[in-house]
Amino acid sequence: MKHKIKPATRKSFLTYAIMIAAFIAVEIMVSTGSASNMFKGLLIPFCVYSIAAASLNLTVGFLGELSLGQAGFMCIGAYSSAIFSIVTKETITNAWIRFPMAILVGGFFAAVFGVLIGIPVLRLRGDYLAIVTLAFGEIIKNVFAALYVGYDSNGLHFSLTSQGDLGLAPDGKMLINGALGISGTPKDSTFEIAFVMLMLTLIIIYNFVNSRTGRAVMSIRDNRIAAESIGLNITKYKLITFGLTAFLAGIAGALFSHNLASLQASKFDYNLSILVLVFVVLGGIGNIRGSVIAAIVLTYLPEVLRGINNYRMLIYSVVLIVMMIFTSNAKIRGFFAASFGRLKGMVFKNKTAKEGE
Amino acid sequence: MAFLDNLINGISLGSIYAVIALGYTLVYGIAKMLNFAHGDVIMVGGYVIYTAMSSLQFNPYLSVLMAICACTILGIVIEKVAYKPLRQATSLAVLITAIGVSYFLQNMALLIFGEKPVSFKSVIDIPNIKLFDGQITIKSETTASIVISVIIVIGLSLFVNKTKSGRAMLAVSEDKDAAQLMGINVNRTISLTFAIGSGLAAIAGALLCSTYPVLSNTTGAMPGIKAFVAAVFGGIGSIPGAMIGGLLIGVIEILGRAYISPQLADAIVFAVLIVVLMVKPTGILGKKVNEKV
Repeated sequence: MKHKIKPATRKSFLTYAIMIAAFIAVEIMVSTGSASNMFKGLLIPFCVYSIAAASLNLTVGFLGELSLGQAGFMCIGAYSSAIFSIVTKETITNAWIRFPMAILVGGFFAAVFGVLIGIPVLRLRGDYLAIVTLAFGEIIKNVFAALYVGYDSNGLHFSLTSQGDLGLAPDGKMLINGALGISGTPKDSTFEIAFVMLMLTLIIIYNFVNSRTGRAVMSIRDNRIAAESIGLNITKYKLITFGLTAFLAGIAGALFSHNLASLQASKFDYNLSILVLVFVVLGGIGNIRGSVIAAIVLTYLPEVLRGINNYRMLIYSVVLIVMMIFTSNAKIRGFFAASFGRLKGMVFKNKTAKEGE
Repeated sequence: MAFLDNLINGISLGSIYAVIALGYTLVYGIAKMLNFAHGDVIMVGGYVIYTAMSSLQFNPYLSVLMAICACTILGIVIEKVAYKPLRQATSLAVLITAIGVSYFLQNMALLIFGEKPVSFKSVIDIPNIKLFDGQITIKSETTASIVISVIIVIGLSLFVNKTKSGRAMLAVSEDKDAAQLMGINVNRTISLTFAIGSGLAAIAGALLCSTYPVLSNTTGAMPGIKAFVAAVFGGIGSIPGAMIGGLLIGVIEILGRAYISPQLADAIVFAVLIVVLMVKPTGILGKKVNEKV
């Protein structure tokens, strides 16, 4: 071979290969009937959380900023796509055409909000940015929980107080019923579509990270002032990353809402954002493959080990603290590198997946 | 009169936010970190008082004193175990750790005290004040919250500006390395800050749970975040700023709940944060910090 394959390309193709192998294995298990119902029910959540975690990793790992609003973007994606599907249920009867459109609608609206929110907040950094994204996530959740939307022959009606205020014509239909949320979304999500979306997400993220734009984003993370001084437009690159994260989170939300018969905004609370953050941290900040693996493992484990369910959140919190201290404290990291360095060199020759560089 | 009633409730809630915000502002000013777990220390304080009063049959004031001691120790332990190893780490790592600590406290309380909220018995036993021939009643909790928060703000200002340890805190907040060169024990000063902040959180817990007598493992989370909003609003690092920010946020929240929409009250408070950060990120009384390369 004349040209050597670039390490980044090899890494991404290895991830794709693992994903496709896992997909084929799952398909074989399902068709031979060896997969339990519980496992089958978890297949779509696996993909949803993987997409959410991988996209959050873009912001946390490559932009180096903490976003606590991931659940809010998923909420926008879930609601907008569900509304699209309910409204067009009669006109577009083929789910294979309607659902991809719904996913795009979900991603589009989440990205629009991501950019709109990003313009003011991306001037902030660090703690302030984190708290503002948290605030936006809560605002989105609260507004959706107080929102009533219906439609009739006169078009869409909105209200923030009660169903009666909508003034719907008798032929009208409720779309969002306040805190009760949305019901009647067609169950269009299938594992195959969810898997395709996960693969697309991974391809987008890997190509983004290895592109000129991606390198610019990482240079901003590593040294903002130096990046600015060589003429990089910080705000532009931050917005691109933030918008892409929101877009992918919206896709995850669309898959989520089309997997459930009814959907409430309260599902998209601060805890969901933290859960996705736990996937990112445990999988390794800046490690896309790790995020996917962590999302799948941490979604599956509590379902299998029902006994640890009470302790699940406690364990997650300890994981967050311990992972951060172990990866960020120079002394402890040095100690581990010295004791396990040789061992690691022998056992995991090329493996960096679980380490989180 | 309804408006006046709401205003009084707002000031009452605002005084509690002010006490919580003081803890945020101190820790943020000195350790330069957002202590996400601060709100949950309030909840721990609440549970200590609840346990002392219901299971051990302690006198309310003794229970509050116990809670203050317990939270002070908790604050120091949190700082030593979770935050101290990360002094040199990126703010991202510290923030994630703080979220981890917050979650740890919440879920520990969940395991110990269960999911069901407990009803909290007020620790304050002074009479209600009636104004305008009984048209307006100022509840004892309201009086206590306002008086205690004012005392704390004055006391803390005096402590920070007049005592040696207080001035050490100011020095560390200005420049950690220079303070160390001047012979200030930086680690001890940061521990002291966490101790004071957490002790204040216990007092805030007593006031909050007496005013809104339901206690569960997530009681502290939302007030904690809103108090951070208050600290930012008033200007982070500023003690009078925390008081002003707290009062404003409390009044905005209660008036928003009464006159706009009960569901959107939280959203309104967060919207205030976003507007403040966009218009004047240093808050009302904050100092502008120039960025050095």
